[in-house]
Amino acid sequence: MSGRLKSIGLRVLQAVPVVIGVVVVSFVLTRALPGDPAVYFAGAAADEQSIQQIREALGLDKSLLQQFLIYVGDLLHGDFGQSIMTGQPVADDLIRKLPASLELTLLALCMSCGLAVPLGIMAARNPGSLQDHLCRMVVTAGVSLPTFFTGVLLIYVFYYLLGWAPSPLGRLDFIYIEPDTVTGFYLIDSAIIGDWEVFFGALKQLALPAITLALFTMAPIARMTRAAMLSVLSSDFIRTARAAGLTERKVLYGYALRNALLPVVTTLGMVFSFTLGANVLVEKVFAWPGIGSYAVEALVASDYAAVQGFVLSMALLFVALNLIIDISYSLIDPRIGFEAR
Amino acid sequence: MTNQTRRGFLLSGGAVLGASALPFLKALPAQAASGDVIVAVMGQTINSLDLHRSGTNRPSYQVAVNVYDRLVSFGTKETPDGGLSYDYSVIEPEVAESWEITDTEMIFKLKPEGKFQDGSPITAADVKWSFDRAVSLGGFPAVQMKAGSLESPDQFVAVDDLTFKIKMLRPSKLTLPDLAVPVPMIINSKVALANATDDDPWATEYLHTTPAGSGAFKVAQWKPGEQLVYERNEGYTSGPVPAIKRVVLREVPSPATRRALLERGDVNLSFNMPNKDAKELSDMDGVTIQTTPIENAIYCLNPNLSFEPFKDKRVRQAIAWSVPYQEVFETAAYGRGKPMWGGESTTPSDIAWPQPFPYSTDLDKAKALLEEAGYGAGFEVPLSISLGQADWMEPVALLVQENLAKIGITAVIDKVPGANWRTASLVEKRLPLHLETFGGWLNYPCYYFFWAYLEGHLFNSSNYRNEEIETLTAETLHMPVDDPEYAPKIKRMIEIAWDEVPRIALWQPALNVGMHDVKDFEYWFHRQLDIRNLKGV
Repeated sequence: MSGRLKSIGLRVLQAVPVVIGVVVVSFVLTRALPGDPAVYFAGAAADEQSIQQIREALGLDKSLLQQFLIYVGDLLHGDFGQSIMTGQPVADDLIRKLPASLELTLLALCMSCGLAVPLGIMAARNPGSLQDHLCRMVVTAGVSLPTFFTGVLLIYVFYYLLGWAPSPLGRLDFIYIEPDTVTGFYLIDSAIIGDWEVFFGALKQLALPAITLALFTMAPIARMTRAAMLSVLSSDFIRTARAAGLTERKVLYGYALRNALLPVVTTLGMVFSFTLGANVLVEKVFAWPGIGSYAVEALVASDYAAVQGFVLSMALLFVALNLIIDISYSLIDPRIGFEAR
Repeated sequence: MTNQTRRGFLLSGGAVLGASALPFLKALPAQAASGDVIVAVMGQTINSLDLHRSGTNRPSYQVAVNVYDRLVSFGTKETPDGGLSYDYSVIEPEVAESWEITDTEMIFKLKPEGKFQDGSPITAADVKWSFDRAVSLGGFPAVQMKAGSLESPDQFVAVDDLTFKIKMLRPSKLTLPDLAVPVPMIINSKVALANATDDDPWATEYLHTTPAGSGAFKVAQWKPGEQLVYERNEGYTSGPVPAIKRVVLREVPSPATRRALLERGDVNLSFNMPNKDAKELSDMDGVTIQTTPIENAIYCLNPNLSFEPFKDKRVRQAIAWSVPYQEVFETAAYGRGKPMWGGESTTPSDIAWPQPFPYSTDLDKAKALLEEAGYGAGFEVPLSISLGQADWMEPVALLVQENLAKIGITAVIDKVPGANWRTASLVEKRLPLHLETFGGWLNYPCYYFFWAYLEGHLFNSSNYRNEEIETLTAETLHMPVDDPEYAPKIKRMIEIAWDEVPRIALWQPALNVGMHDVKDFEYWFHRQLDIRNLKGV
């Protein structure tokens, strides 16, 4: 076990150069963006003098190197800087908005996996069958509908026509008190204090956007499950298992699925990362105060600190995610040693 | 009562204690049509509660309007379609009780009963501090103050507790109305100074999140990017206490969602609706759409004089004759707003501004003018639009492009990212043919000309210069409107602007507000949500 801890530590150390790289690249890239934040924030009627005042206030009159050193110095103190767009410290913005996006994405992925993996298995068991075609149809339809379209459609049907869903006004209707922040995930925070009313309130708000995202992300997971299961099911050890007279259940879930999971988990990691970024449209439609729309607005406004903070937090998140995926590899398949690489 | 949920407690507590005892809105139904609470939605985001701070965006100005007072305010009038609008011709007291104006100074007497929201009296020292702040922090506030000839802290004097004096740099008709715009808001200087630091003498960090005003509403809660909750100031002294107790303002970026919310009746007010939604909902039962043309604003197509062919006014006129105005208005504005084409005469009969330009769609005339100018063979020109305003600019550009092709001009549509638009169009003024949207807060034609027709001025993105307009604008800018010389000079300016068309007027835009179970939305020139006058139905 200590071997594993050691190698986790090693992996974390290996992430350090990546993070440094991200800090440098995000700094340079934001400066390379067209547009001048001082002009943007001075407002439409500002004159040269007032633009200059703002440029100085933002520290943009200093040389790039100086700006970079100040930025890195602040980062080392845990200060991500001040977003000009929201007027809040970037760290505060991220702490508020990241859990909103994560909660939505994770729930959507859970739903998506819950549907897509069985669908994929079903399709792989009988390739070419009706179920296979059904599965292909469902996931193709899901991925071909853009999320904003599915979102608006779901709102139209379940909120506007049927009135089942609550008003698409963000994370919690204002009749509820938002739970005290522990994790920032409303579902978890409300469960901790046992406030089930808020829990279900938050769940109701989550339902439509999560379904929207889940529909969109089902395709890669289902397809990957199907492909992996197909190749595993045709391999020798499954034939042996079947020949040995093991139950179909044991063969499928005990041997085949476990071996087919590796590529699925890899895909899941990738899907997670792009979903977190691709959330923007869903967030806009459901007025979700998430990280995606925050980043896009920051980019449009050339809000350097916010963009850098976003990129950096995403990088840290992905480093963590990859670590988790690597660890789960070795849990799923003991042949993959975490240390041996 | 032993195992109450928190919500249950607040619900019952709210009922017993009265909602004002709550820290902020926690326990109110979403269908807020109780007459006491209004739920409003808008697409933009409020990024600061302090207008003077650099980086504060336009939508945030509504906080200055609702939470702070000014010395004076404008009156209210009814618009032709039955809605309410501010009245530019009437200046009313707000914090000031009365005032005297001479050629060299303005003396304001403050209301002796005037109180800030924390209960402390409003004094002339607060006014002086606030005005000093507005001219000292730079950025847009300083520019706007300057428009009213308010430039330096030396001009502001607190004579005694209730007497405030402005020393005028020049007599100007713009000074008094400029005191009623959102910028010269009056801040509780005692509170602000207690929270100022050496690095931040104007308390921008504090006021950014914590307003200290005397206005009709207090900010009960602000979650940037999500919602702002206003709560009525029960001890309001500068005017009548508002009818509405609370306003919950939610930020909903998607117009489709805002529309669904309004149609379902889950929100009472949708601010600044897209023209398309306003048009489609205008016949719906239970929803009232108020569309008010924005004063002193025109959407224009601007030929830039730094581009060789546009130096010839006949080429500019040819462009003006080629625009398919009616289609543009129907497609891009969904017919909401006022047509600004098809004027009868080339000389204006009055000084109304904006008024229809004497152009309409006449391709033969356009061709003849191009021929005359020696561009019969046509030329190629980029037609620039901002991606940030693509909703109306794109359809306009496509329609204009189509008609320009018919007179031999090849227009290539050039899409500029929103963040670069201002620099490219207004600062560097380098876009040969582009769309532009200036609207002046102070509702005088000379004020519009000052910004949009004088060489080098910000919104003159056409690089236009005309000696006569330069002189006439300078003469009329500070001149009282009732001066006998004013009208003839303005008419002459309009006539030149029509003839030389450095700005081709397309239409006068409108502000759409959708209401459900609320009434009396009042339109203001600043085009932000003023909630002071709203009433439940």
